[in-house]
Amino acid sequence: MLKVRNLKCYYGRIMAIKGVSLSVRQGELITIIGANGSGKSTLLQAICGLLPGWEGEILFEEEQIKGLDPPAIVNRGICLVPEGRLIFGPLSVMDNLKLGAYTMYRKKRHDRIEQDLSMIMELFPILKERSRQAAGTLSGGEQQMLAIGRALMARPRLLVLDEPSMGLAPLLVEKILETLVNLKEQGLTILLVEQNAQAALKISDRGYVLETGKMVLQGRSSDLLADVEVKRAYLGKDYDEFYEGE
Amino acid sequence: MCDMLLSRINPIRFAFFFLVIALVGLLVDNAYYQQVLILIGINTLLAVGLNMLMGYAGQISLGHAAFYGIGAYTTAILTAKYQIYPWIALVIAILLAVAIAVVVGLPTLKLSGYYLGMGTLGFGMIFNIIFREWSSLTGGASGFVGIPSLSIGSLSFESGRNYFYLVWFSVWSVFLICSRIINSRAGRALRSIHDSENASMAVGVDTMTLKLQVFVLSAAFSALAGFLYAHYISFISPGSFDFLMSVRMVTMVVIGGMASIWGALLGASLLTLLPEWLHAFSEFEMVVYGLVLMLVMILMPQGLTRGILDIYERSREKYRK
Ligand SMILES: Nc1ncnc2c1ncn2[C@@H]1O[C@H](COP(=O)(O)OP(=O)(O)OP(=O)(O)O)[C@@H](O)[C@H]1O
Ligand SMILES: [Mg+2]
Repeated sequence: MLKVRNLKCYYGRIMAIKGVSLSVRQGELITIIGANGSGKSTLLQAICGLLPGWEGEILFEEEQIKGLDPPAIVNRGICLVPEGRLIFGPLSVMDNLKLGAYTMYRKKRHDRIEQDLSMIMELFPILKERSRQAAGTLSGGEQQMLAIGRALMARPRLLVLDEPSMGLAPLLVEKILETLVNLKEQGLTILLVEQNAQAALKISDRGYVLETGKMVLQGRSSDLLADVEVKRAYLGKDYDEFYEGE
Repeated sequence: MCDMLLSRINPIRFAFFFLVIALVGLLVDNAYYQQVLILIGINTLLAVGLNMLMGYAGQISLGHAAFYGIGAYTTAILTAKYQIYPWIALVIAILLAVAIAVVVGLPTLKLSGYYLGMGTLGFGMIFNIIFREWSSLTGGASGFVGIPSLSIGSLSFESGRNYFYLVWFSVWSVFLICSRIINSRAGRALRSIHDSENASMAVGVDTMTLKLQVFVLSAAFSALAGFLYAHYISFISPGSFDFLMSVRMVTMVVIGGMASIWGALLGASLLTLLPEWLHAFSEFEMVVYGLVLMLVMILMPQGLTRGILDIYERSREKYRK
């Protein structure tokens, strides 16, 4: 479904992504893990058209997406839940969700929008309660749900999430990840970037490990979870008891 | 909540506004008051267009007097020099303003913040120089005289009352258009750009196109205002469309209250009335004028609309206790 080949991204003269390749197949849930500053967000931004001037190849459903602007990419079916959520604070929860369907309105699919709205309200009941409230007044977790809901409103075929668990309590992280599993079961393809490597790898099919702009490891999630290197660097297994309390 | 009250399209409010216009037109007989009201209407047209750009899309323009001037000079030249029917001149004036807005907007709207301010400032100055220096066409610094008055068939707009109706029903229509836009999908997208352009793009809003469309729309309204001004005053000069005028337009938007079409009406009224009231202060006029603006901003940092609503709400709470 998504193929990235030898991608290079630059910020001025700094090369933030140094030739990365990855693939996501239909129906998969893929996790990318990596330390701070390894280039995860940069990679996602390139895929979603938010970063101009990258080199290499990105194919979505066998078609090049180079040169497309973000709206066109949303139209093709890729939707990003950005890092730090980036919901529209002064606007109401409902307006935020409707903005997610911006491209749907353009296609005049009003029937679908109503349907999707009730689907999302069902998925996150709290959003229904708060639908008229300004989105900026929601709690962090509620904002994250809103950000995911907003992305789903565009009916993506590939949902891209940049650290959805950032700043959330463990219980909420679990709930968000559970939601992702549910969405995957309904047939959505998901590309997930996470710091919370252990939890993310547990729910995903395959994983990639990014390090200073290069893919250093990839494989089935279960293999990555067992890999000694990954354990030491990203899963904090040496401090197992301390983090997991197991 | 109040923001929603202010922007939700409301047929009752528009019917009421219509009635007020009709009544005021009937009741005001004094030629001086008619003139002041007409000028308030023209300034409201300027402010409401700019408010769409500043208050909703969050983009500043310090050169909008240029579009005002383009509207005024185009119709002046076409009707007085070439005897073109004024209503056709109006269409041409608006089309010209739209075309120039596209050409100017495409590169400048890529900028943001101070840089957009500087870009539009430069554009406004260039047009003021054109109005001033292209004397063979515009009459240069001494101005352009002999702009004909308006009429439709046998209905003449020469009288103050008729012109009042012409201007204010234009305002009414423009308000209706704006509130339709604000409450549509596009309005929601505009407010999202104001909040965060990046996030807006991420959900699939074509921010550049939308900003350009609003820029063009506000240019068209300014050109309409210029047309109405030129045919009312029958004499125009570059001084009416200079940098200070652009600043005055921005001030009307900020003082009235951003992101509220009724705020544009308040801001335009205050800025038109203030100089009239302050004549009594003769040479201190400008000082008092500045002081009043400062006081409004200090006491009501969100503009008159919000400020008055706040006072209203507070007094209601007191009344309840
Ligand atoms: N706008 C920018 N200008 C210059 N350098 C940037 C910019 N954005 C990111 N970088 C650099 O690119 C590298 C990768 O950044 P990126 O945001 O992709 O990291 P990340 O893996 O998402 O990190 P985190 O886990 O902290 O979110 C970093 O070294 C960062 O400093
Ligand atoms: Mg990041």
